Amino acid sequence: MTLPLSKELTAPNGVKYTQPLGLFINNEFVKSRAGGTLTTVNPTNEEEIATIYAAEAEDVDLAVKAARAAFENPEWSDITPEARGALLNKLAGLVEENAKVLATIDTWNNGKPYSVCLAEDLGESISVLRYYGGWADKVYGKTIDVGPQKLAYTLHQSIGVCGQIIPWNYPLMASWKLGPALATGNTVILKPSEQCPLSALYLAQLIKEAGFPAGVVNVLPGYGPKAGAAIASHPGIDKIAFTGSTFTGSMIMKAASQTLKNITLETGGKSPLLVFDDADLDQAVKWSHIGIMSNMGQVCTATSRIFVQEGIYDKFIEAFKTQVKEVSKIGDPFNEDTFQGPQVTKQQFDRIMKYISDGQSEGAKLVTGGTKHGDKGYFIAPTVFTDVKDDMRISREEIFGPVVTIASFKTEEEAIRRANDTVYGLGAAIFTENITRAHKVAAKIQAGMVWINSSNDSHFGVPFGGVKQSGIGRELGEYALSAYTNAKAVHGKLPLLRPLQYLKANSLK
Amino acid sequence: MANLPLSTTIKLPNGKEYEQPLGLFINNKFVPSIEGKTFEVINPTNEEVITSVHEATAKDVDVAVAAARKAFEEGAWPKTTPSERGRLLAKLGDLIERDAELLAFIDALDNGKSISLARGDIDIVLDTIRYYAGWADKVHGKVVETAVDKFNYIRYEPIGVCGQIIPWNFPLMMWAWKIAPALATGNTVVLKTAEQTPLSALVACKLVIEAGFPPGVLNVLSGFGKTAGAAISRHMDIDKVAFTGSTAVGREIMKAAADSNLKKVTLELGGKSPNIVFNDADIDEAIYWAYFGIFFNHGQCCCAGSRIFVQEGIYEEFVEKFKARIKENVIGDPFNEETFQGPQVSQGQFDRIMGYINHGKQAGAKVEIGGERYGNKGYFIQPTLFSNVRPDMKIMKEEIFGPVAGIAKFKGIDEAVKFGNDTNYGLAAAIHTKDLKTALEVSNKLKAGTVWVNTCIATNSALPFGGYKESGIGREQGKAALANYTQAKTVQINIA
Repeated sequence: MTLPLSKELTAPNGVKYTQPLGLFINNEFVKSRAGGTLTTVNPTNEEEIATIYAAEAEDVDLAVKAARAAFENPEWSDITPEARGALLNKLAGLVEENAKVLATIDTWNNGKPYSVCLAEDLGESISVLRYYGGWADKVYGKTIDVGPQKLAYTLHQSIGVCGQIIPWNYPLMASWKLGPALATGNTVILKPSEQCPLSALYLAQLIKEAGFPAGVVNVLPGYGPKAGAAIASHPGIDKIAFTGSTFTGSMIMKAASQTLKNITLETGGKSPLLVFDDADLDQAVKWSHIGIMSNMGQVCTATSRIFVQEGIYDKFIEAFKTQVKEVSKIGDPFNEDTFQGPQVTKQQFDRIMKYISDGQSEGAKLVTGGTKHGDKGYFIAPTVFTDVKDDMRISREEIFGPVVTIASFKTEEEAIRRANDTVYGLGAAIFTENITRAHKVAAKIQAGMVWINSSNDSHFGVPFGGVKQSGIGRELGEYALSAYTNAKAVHGKLPLLRPLQYLKANSLK
Repeated sequence: MANLPLSTTIKLPNGKEYEQPLGLFINNKFVPSIEGKTFEVINPTNEEVITSVHEATAKDVDVAVAAARKAFEEGAWPKTTPSERGRLLAKLGDLIERDAELLAFIDALDNGKSISLARGDIDIVLDTIRYYAGWADKVHGKVVETAVDKFNYIRYEPIGVCGQIIPWNFPLMMWAWKIAPALATGNTVVLKTAEQTPLSALVACKLVIEAGFPPGVLNVLSGFGKTAGAAISRHMDIDKVAFTGSTAVGREIMKAAADSNLKKVTLELGGKSPNIVFNDADIDEAIYWAYFGIFFNHGQCCCAGSRIFVQEGIYEEFVEKFKARIKENVIGDPFNEETFQGPQVSQGQFDRIMGYINHGKQAGAKVEIGGERYGNKGYFIQPTLFSNVRPDMKIMKEEIFGPVAGIAKFKGIDEAVKFGNDTNYGLAAAIHTKDLKTALEVSNKLKAGTVWVNTCIATNSALPFGGYKESGIGREQGKAALANYTQAKTVQINIA
């Protein structure tokens, strides 16, 4: 199929814009070499949005050549760190100017509510780009005093060409990947998801407009098994960063192992939320609702397993049901009142419905929801299971939908043990007014992030990532910088002693 | 002057006009001084009055401190997140960039530096403000594990109301070096500009309002050291004082801080920095840097390379070539794009420098070039080089702060180090050599806060700058400056 390289589109909210359809390589949109394409679908009404070019191995090859040339080109390699920061700040400004269009694209393509997408997804992307713009000239090596005979120092250097594979749940989380990679002088091949690639292509135009030299950022939409696999195993790529399912993450790690690529992964979660009987119940209900129902439950850090201390168990469930009823308004994501849009694709919809059915057949009690919502679009009613046993599938596996399990516990020790009884370790939340318990439990939970009296309340200055099978490495904050730099130690021998003396001092007696 | 208005229209030598605020900047407003005092601002190029401005006395300092205290403890500023503080500074940077040309003209008019140098100053103003805008939300404390039943962490909190006293040699640049790290870390500021050069900071304060800083966060007072400056250093409600200027005044400030409330003190003072040229240096490069080191900004640079030491093997050649280079120095009207050297900033400075030149002559130093006034209007002095100098001469011991250097020869590394360190100062030093061993050994041994190798007077927002010995206390620029404006609070929570 030959497609044009761009197309005028009109979104459901009336916004008209030009959607690039090509692969973005060397600051240009081009056709895929093998002619591969993929079609994007509006999950609200199941209609097609646009068909775009899809990258395969040959395109990845071209992008790698472009990225390598850009990495070695003085136009990028020799500019000051401050200049890199200025480019990121420029990009942030352009994203800010184009926020409404980008939010429109993601709402259309992903189904997330527009008001949330504009305020949160876009707000955060802009902040993240600026944040890393500010880090660019503050990445330091050290001088290390090992005595007068050496000038020993470290250089924190860019890694090189970085492959970055991002998911569909927050398409503009591209900023989390681009920010630290570009701040530290790397070049990038970014593969957005096949489900939601459109906003990344629009962003590519802004990257060019900001003034990044050709080849510094390349954007290749495509399928995981084709483009993603090609990136993970390409010998010309020095580092892989992946966000997505644990299953795919493990395949990426295997592929990367052949050439021992530097790898960071942010994978799945089954994050526990503990409500102790001294918790502020209103806050616990508010945040535990946010923690599982936001973004249609399609959040890696969703606190999807709620454990409530038995003294307030019944009260909590009633309050939670009420919260779902009052807040989880399902509808067209472009509607201002909508809290919950559709799930992103039919495949996700089917997967979640299967878990719901499993939950019921395993004997969990369905307290609300559990059904499809409406006849068109991939909408699922917000679903609450109680009396859930820890060995049920719905309690162990990541559902990635608006489905929460609630169980009761007796003691703090039991809560911690059951919270940790998972292969995952991404987020966790604790609700208690007791400061000693809060910080003690936070230290004992096996998770990369712990929220005390909130959930999913992240900030770009604070590191983000998982332990156990939830990932390797950290994003956000200063911590992301070490994912994109290599420390090189330089030992400079200082001949302050005349050579003979030096030998004497070091000779074995 | 009775009833001085709060602003006036000033016409620049290039014909452009602009609105110059004249008042004291307190609580985001320009106000007259309580005691009605004013003082004149002189154009050093033609010795004429540019305008008068309102003059702050101790009473005005009290009002400004009260405003800064209120802004620190209450209202919008303490609620502003670190990232938001960074955004405000970034916006201020954008506005300064928008008005860069005007601000450069004002500094050239007020200080006498050439327009090309003034533009360079504004570039540094922008760099500095943007650099600290980026630090605002990256000031991290640590969590320290001591035992399993303790949760310990360190917070870096702003110090509070910071008094800042800046010099006249780089008016807006010094303003930026002071306010940027202070505001990035959440402090509030009462800043006194130099009485010789109050104009550009007041114009920049309009941009501070436009950027959206809450009232009272930054307050800028025009005034004199003995009155307003002293009031700041001894004020019981100022938590910290930062001063850049002469070592003599620095001592006074430190005494006043000790006598009052032991406010924290950082000082960036004078220098008598050596420029050391080895036989194997690239001689043309070394000439350029030695020249730049003492004649840049008319020698009005705390880190000026005012003592030049040349290894005996190339001494004669160096002196001749250096004199030839000095002759190429374009002296003249700062508003001429070709000009490198404008007038000294004031009559007072002019007299002082001429006094040193006379001392040098009387002490028996040889004037290789220069040694006289330049022209007969404006505070211009000929670029001057003394040879046949001895380390005990006043011109070799004291900071002249003008386009006057002393040059002497040395034998080897040991002598170079000895001569270089033979001073109570320790701000900077420069070494010119192609030999890595020499460069590393000498830079390790020189007692100076910055050592330049094969360059000179190269500062960067990212690199700490400050003095050893009597050249100062603390470091500005780089991450280091954040320590001047934060204090560590250790919190230990018993979680047994």
